[in-house]
Amino acid sequence: MAVQLDDAVGKSAPRIGKGGAPPARSGSGSRRIARGAPYLLLLPAVAATAVFLGWPMVRNILLSFQNLNMKELIQHLTEWRGIGNYQEVLGSEQFWRVTLRTIVFTAVNVTLIMLFGVLIGLLLARLGKKMRLTLSVALVLAWAMPVIAATTVFQWLFDSRYGVVNWVLDKLGWHSMAGYDWVGTQLSTFFVITVLIVWQSLPFVALNLYAATTTIPKELYEAARMDGAGTWKVFTSVTFPFLKPFFLATTFLEVIWVFKAFPQIFAINQGGPDRLTETLPVYAFTEGVGNLHFGMGAAISLLTIVVLLAMTAYYLRLTLKQEEDEL
Amino acid sequence: MKRSLAGRIWPNATAVVLAIGFVFPVYWMFNTAFKPTQDIVTEEPVWFPFHGTFEHFVTAVHAPNFWTLAGNSVLVTVLAVGLSLLIALCGSFAIARMRFKGRKSFLLTFMVAQMAPWEVMVISIYMIVRDADMLNSLVPLTFFYMLMVLPFTLLTLRGYVAAVPKELEESAMVDGCSRRQAFVKVVFPLLAPGLMATSLFGFITAWNEFPLVLVLNKEPAQGTLPLWLSQFQSQFGDDWGATMAAASIFAIPILVLFLFLQRKAVGGLTSGAVKG
Repeated sequence: MAVQLDDAVGKSAPRIGKGGAPPARSGSGSRRIARGAPYLLLLPAVAATAVFLGWPMVRNILLSFQNLNMKELIQHLTEWRGIGNYQEVLGSEQFWRVTLRTIVFTAVNVTLIMLFGVLIGLLLARLGKKMRLTLSVALVLAWAMPVIAATTVFQWLFDSRYGVVNWVLDKLGWHSMAGYDWVGTQLSTFFVITVLIVWQSLPFVALNLYAATTTIPKELYEAARMDGAGTWKVFTSVTFPFLKPFFLATTFLEVIWVFKAFPQIFAINQGGPDRLTETLPVYAFTEGVGNLHFGMGAAISLLTIVVLLAMTAYYLRLTLKQEEDEL
Repeated sequence: MKRSLAGRIWPNATAVVLAIGFVFPVYWMFNTAFKPTQDIVTEEPVWFPFHGTFEHFVTAVHAPNFWTLAGNSVLVTVLAVGLSLLIALCGSFAIARMRFKGRKSFLLTFMVAQMAPWEVMVISIYMIVRDADMLNSLVPLTFFYMLMVLPFTLLTLRGYVAAVPKELEESAMVDGCSRRQAFVKVVFPLLAPGLMATSLFGFITAWNEFPLVLVLNKEPAQGTLPLWLSQFQSQFGDDWGATMAAASIFAIPILVLFLFLQRKAVGGLTSGAVKG
């Protein structure tokens, strides 16, 4: 303690600039330091964000107006192209098809995730202690599984010759599924990707929903039961209204995650067969890095961000407003 | 309220089926990794690895560059998470504890940054790294991973810092601590569970990152494990035993960390909440 006391005598102004009651003023020099302190503390974070996120973003915008293919890349040429990339992308049928596919893909996945996530969450709330722990551990295991590892495992599960899935389907009497090539068609590839993504995402929704239900006052349920409400009625009149912010936030997060899903789709089949399972992020990657049309790829990636913003605009506005009020 | 027998059975039955469904892919990964090849390549699946073997792990570990890539992964992940914790701790303290002009805009900036679509920004990042002549280097990877986890780390830590009662810090300062000492001796120890929880998610993000390393580090010895694993199967021509062993090796650190830390992290969260 003695050391600290000695130290504190030397610096008498450390309390200045703190929130709450107006601080006692002393020397103007230390006040300036205190006023600058928060900015100094934030400087590394802001600088890093500007360099490693801001600059790539700006560069992305610049690139999207450039003609940048293999030749320009190798010779380090900067060739401006105006809105040519955008005209080409927006004029191509492929882009609109991929956009529509991405939206449908996101909608299907998010719906499945939210629906089953909520059901499993409610189930967790209803289970006994031991069973709840068992299911929670299973969920956490699936949740913790690294994306690429899970993708590899799903490739093995859905392997055409020795995969367990085909074996089970065959045993269940669906004999044409023996030796079925899951990554052979667009729909079946999407099926595998969807199962994978839903399997990965459900734990987050289910465990959080369960955690959220524990915050609902028991009296509300009792009152609802007293009034003779059934399970469904209790859900719509107590659980749902109480957890509405949770539902909104989770849906929003899931939309972002599913929309941006890259490793799953890419590692399962590189967007194949015949580029038919490419979603917007994979499409931007294949056009830009794969086919070495960097300018085009940059234009697609910016349009992708625009689509994502449009899909999440409602919630974004809501949160930002809410945060503004709360801060 | 008493429930009927059926009303008690069906939730448990559903839970059992679900638990099996969620565990099965993880189980099947380990199961396959430990089975001899003739038990993997069979018409009838072998459900339990009775004839356990480590041969697939030996194959996976002796794959070209494995140890280099594992080292790369650990290095990049630890550095990225460590750096972002350090930077975020400073920033979150300022945001949680101080009043200053522009506080809101800083906060909003990080919230927007948290939603950055890194997956679609690989093209411009590739160009930037190439112009800096840093392709196939671990340095840009480390810094970009750091930024991928930074906004989340900062925003989460803000909550933890705010949860430490101001009075504790103030009383420490009344007792003669400087503000910095009060932070190091009082606030920091109380933040430990928060730091652990936050770093857990940072670790997972950085350890799993795939699109960026796919684009930036094409040189075989300069990649990370996700890249290695995604190419393992094609390189080893459908050697599923070795592939699953590789997947297991990649997954085990995260699974262990998650199971171990999740409880601690949640414990820290709740104990803070109850006292608050």
